[in-house]
Amino acid sequence: MKIDKLDIEIMDLYDVIIIGSGPAGLTAATYTTRANLKTLVIGGRKWGGQLMLTTLVENYPGFPEGIQGPDLMAAMRKQAEHHGAQIIDVDFTRLQLPEQQSSGGQEDADYASDPIKITTDEDKTYSGKTVIIATGADTKWLDVPGEKEKIGRGVSSCAPCDGAFFRNKNVIVVGGGDSAMEEALVMTKYANEVTLIHRRDSFRASEIMQKRVKENPKIKIIFNTEITEILGEMKVEKVKLKTTAVRDSQFAVRKNNEDVRMSPKELGGDELIWQMPIDGIFVAVGHMPNSGMFKGIETDEKGFIKVREHTKTNIDRVFVAGDVHDATYKQAVTAAGFGCMAALEVEKFLMEQ
Amino acid sequence: MSVVTLSDSTFEQEVLKSDTPVLVDFWAEWCQPCKMVRPLVHELAEEYGDKIKVTEMDVDANPQVAGQFGVMSIPTIMIFKGGKPESTMIGVQPKETFKNNIDSALAS
Repeated sequence: MKIDKLDIEIMDLYDVIIIGSGPAGLTAATYTTRANLKTLVIGGRKWGGQLMLTTLVENYPGFPEGIQGPDLMAAMRKQAEHHGAQIIDVDFTRLQLPEQQSSGGQEDADYASDPIKITTDEDKTYSGKTVIIATGADTKWLDVPGEKEKIGRGVSSCAPCDGAFFRNKNVIVVGGGDSAMEEALVMTKYANEVTLIHRRDSFRASEIMQKRVKENPKIKIIFNTEITEILGEMKVEKVKLKTTAVRDSQFAVRKNNEDVRMSPKELGGDELIWQMPIDGIFVAVGHMPNSGMFKGIETDEKGFIKVREHTKTNIDRVFVAGDVHDATYKQAVTAAGFGCMAALEVEKFLMEQ
Repeated sequence: MSVVTLSDSTFEQEVLKSDTPVLVDFWAEWCQPCKMVRPLVHELAEEYGDKIKVTEMDVDANPQVAGQFGVMSIPTIMIFKGGKPESTMIGVQPKETFKNNIDSALAS
């Protein structure tokens, strides 16, 4: 009976299991399949990663006119599948490391009889000689009172998804990077007025995106301001804001339905707490790496997986690629590059065994 | 069972007056995450057979009902029982979440 079980396991043994189906995961899959490695991609119920929540991607090489994020991901998926990758749209739930490693480590671990096991939300377990973690990052929320229960009730992280529900309404976009600029610009297509709120006194977004935002008459910018609470019964109705006055700069305040400019002194101190009626809040303050579910894989204090030699984790045979380890670049093209690197290292590793 | 396509005008009859619990998938053509949920919804319709009625509603063509129930983000999946919303699930969810909510609607 034991032999039967072993047979089944060997039949189902993948050379590499890739967890994640964003640019990193799918690029890795294209490379591993082309290297003739039996490849399984645990794509996730929400396959495709962050680009599925965007519109026009203008900085991915090869598309002079830009390409829609979801179209780019569909093309990447098709390419990986074309070369033989098996992609399943289920969520990853558990990674079980080989016994040799968890029990202290033996030299020459036999990866065929002692594979890494990956369990999905359908309670199916797959075995891989190697694993590439490419789970990317998810929206970082503001983490203020009133936010969590209003996600989907006025609080959103995806202007292209939810924008249409805010036709002729007033919305806030929070953040100072490229994604905040994009969300604000997308929202001008639907909303009456878009207020872009950022906690610092300048944006970190690229010049071209900042220029577009600043030139758009529908967008109003408020610097040095944070949302401290989201108010409303069943949906977003109002926000509480804290504006910090830096230096002597004046800032605009809405008073008696008019925009007036006041100095910090006139406002009575270093910071101003005020409220603003609003219909929707689009949060674009960054992303959090999806690393929490990997027990035993080392991360830094922010949750980014610690990477060694560009593609390796602290566990032998477990590789990593993309935004789940990349706190610096976070681009579709860098994620794809990291996916390629991890795939090449997997190939090299398996050749050497 | 197959998935029933709803409109603002058929909603009351198909959902509020239904004898069995009803799952409503609020979606729209432009919504990418909705396209990930739809196959799951169809699987649920197969798996639960006639225990529940599985329906879908295009919010672009039918803004009234969506507005009435405060749908501001799609996909939103609602389960109705006895003419009232029993649970609301916003965004793409694992199939388990849908099943758990359906099961508790069937059990109560």
